[in-house]
Amino acid sequence: MRKTCLDMVYDLAKRDPRVVFIGSDLGVGTLDRFKAEMPERFFMEGVSEANVVGMAAGLALEGHVVYINTIATFLTRRCFDQIVLDLCLHDVPVRLIGSGGGMVYAPLGPTHEAIEDIAILRAIPRMTIVAPADADEMRRLMPLTLDYPGPMYIRLGKGGDPIVTDDRTPFAIGKALPMREGGDALVVTTGITLKLALEAAADLQRDGIEAAVLHVPTIKPLDTPALLDHAGRVPVVLTVEEHSVIGGLGSAVAEVIAEAAGYSGSWPAAKRFRRIGIPDVFPDQYGSQASLMERYEICAARIASLVRAMLA
Amino acid sequence: MITNPPPTKRVPTNTTPLDRRSRELRRQIVHTLAAGNRGHVASAFSVVEILRVLYDSVLRFDAKNPTWPQRDRCILSKGHGCLALYAVLVDKGFFPAEELNKFCKPDGILGGHPEYGKVPGVEASTGSLGHGLPIGIGLALAARLRRRPAPTSGPLPLISAPGAPQRVFVVCGDGECDEGSVWEAALCAAKHRLSNLAVLIDYNKQQSYGTTWEVLDLDPLADKWRAFGFAVAEVDGHSVAQLQAVLARVPLGPDRPTAIICHTIKGKGVDYVENNLNWHHKNRASKEEIESLLAALETE
Repeated sequence: MRKTCLDMVYDLAKRDPRVVFIGSDLGVGTLDRFKAEMPERFFMEGVSEANVVGMAAGLALEGHVVYINTIATFLTRRCFDQIVLDLCLHDVPVRLIGSGGGMVYAPLGPTHEAIEDIAILRAIPRMTIVAPADADEMRRLMPLTLDYPGPMYIRLGKGGDPIVTDDRTPFAIGKALPMREGGDALVVTTGITLKLALEAAADLQRDGIEAAVLHVPTIKPLDTPALLDHAGRVPVVLTVEEHSVIGGLGSAVAEVIAEAAGYSGSWPAAKRFRRIGIPDVFPDQYGSQASLMERYEICAARIASLVRAMLA
Repeated sequence: MITNPPPTKRVPTNTTPLDRRSRELRRQIVHTLAAGNRGHVASAFSVVEILRVLYDSVLRFDAKNPTWPQRDRCILSKGHGCLALYAVLVDKGFFPAEELNKFCKPDGILGGHPEYGKVPGVEASTGSLGHGLPIGIGLALAARLRRRPAPTSGPLPLISAPGAPQRVFVVCGDGECDEGSVWEAALCAAKHRLSNLAVLIDYNKQQSYGTTWEVLDLDPLADKWRAFGFAVAEVDGHSVAQLQAVLARVPLGPDRPTAIICHTIKGKGVDYVENNLNWHHKNRASKEEIESLLAALETE
C-alpha cells in the first residue's frame, strides 16, 4: 500500500507541476526516481516534523500540492500543533501519508504504534481522513487527492495487505462503500479490517445470518446518509477498526447513531451497537501486527461471535 | 551597526529617540488597545520600528492587491505583536482604520493574533510561537521554484516569474526562540541556502515571566544563528536608520539566509511601560491609563 501510494505520488508529480514531496528521514532509496527526475520538488528534511509540516504549509499557500510521508505516529503526534494551525487553519492541500497506521510496527513498540491517529485528527476542523483497505483502493484514491480541497491524512497499512476491493465500486472521497448486503446485521469498517469483516460475513452466512458490510475508507467527512441508510435496515450494528475504541470509526458511528436515535422518529431506539478495536491501553507485547490483532481480538472470529451474541 | 552588543543579563536600555511617525504608530496602537480593552501593548511597542522600516523601505507590495504574486512576503511570527502590524497595515492602506475600533470584537477581522484569510496583508496565522519560520521556508522555496526557467520537456512551472525570487521576511520574538521548531527551521533554511529568506529577531530580552536570561537564556544569540549557517547582523531595533541600512544589504551573505538581531526594549516609547512585564499583556486599561499613554506619545 505504501509502495503504491508513493509510486503514485511520483506519477502525479510527473503530470502536475504543483506536486511536491517532503520526507523526514525515510529509508534509503525512497522515491529515488522522483529525486532524480524532479529534484527541485523532492525534499528530504530530516527528523524535524514540526518544520516539515510548516514548510509544507508555506509551499501549499503558494499553490503547491504537498505530499508528506513519514511514520504515522511522528506525523500526527509530534507536530499536532502544526497540523492544526499550519494545515487546517490555513486550509491548505497538504497530504499527510502516515506509514504504519494501527499496530503495523508492533515489533518496535508503542512509540511507533499509531493507535489514536484517527481520533486526534478527527477532532480538527477541515481535516479529511482516509484509510484505504488495500493497494488497489489506494490506486483509485490517489488521483483524487490532487484537487481535493484542504488537508488530508492518508493512513497506510503494512504493505502486502490482501486485495479485497475491486473496480466495481468506484472510489469517491467522502463516500462509504457497501461491500456486501445483508438484512440481519451491519458491520462497519475502515482500512485493512475490511478483509476481516468480509471473512466474518462469509462465516455468518454459513449459519444463515446475512451481515451487510459497509466499508468506510473516508472516516472524515463521514458518509452519514449512507451509514444511517444501512444501519436503519438491520437490528444490530458493529464497528471494526485497527485503532483505539476511543475516538476512531467506532466513536464516529456511535455519535451518528446516538443522535439519530434521539432525534429521528423513524429510528428504532433499541438498536444494539458494539465496537471492536484496540482497547484503551498501550499495546503491551511486541511480536507482529497479526499477533497483536489476535491479542486484542480484532479478528473475523470475534466479529462473527459478537454478531451472533448481539442477535441472540 | 552595533559592533559591541549591549551587555546582557542586565535590563536593557535604549535612548534612541522616536520620531513623529514612530510615536504616531504607537498612538494608533494605544487607540486599538483601548478599543479592544486588551492587547499585548509592550510587545507591540517593541516591534514598531522593525515593521515600519520593512513596510516603508523594504517590502514590495500592493496594498490594494494584497495577493499580488510578485510581492515580498512578511510574516509576523510573534503574532502577539499584532497591534503594531495592524497599525502599519492601516497606515499602508491594506484596510481602513475603522477596523481598529473593532479589535477583538465579534464583528471585526482583527483578533489578538493575526489571521490569514481575514486580515488583508497577513500571510500566515500566527500566535502559537515557532510557526512563522517553517512557513516562511515554504514560501521562500516556492518563490525559488517559480523563478526556475521553463524546462525543455515535462510540465511547465507553476507560475512563470522571471527575475529575482520574491523575498520572505519573518519577524520572531526572543521568547519564541525557545521553541525547538525555530531551530529545526534554522537548520533547514541554511541547508537550502535560502538567500531570499531573512529572519528578524525582536530581541527585547523580556518574555512573559521574566527576562530571557532568567527564563531560558538565548545568549550568545547572534553566534547561535551564525553557527546554524545564517549571515548575521545586530542592530538597534529602534533606530530607523540602522534598520534601513542593514535591510538594504539583505541578503547579508551569498547563498545564505539572513538573521538580524534587533536589540529592542519591550514597551519602548513610554518610560513606565519599558521593561515592565505588567504591560506585556494589558487588560482593561483605564481611561486615565490610556490618556497617560497617549500623552507620553504626544506628537506635537
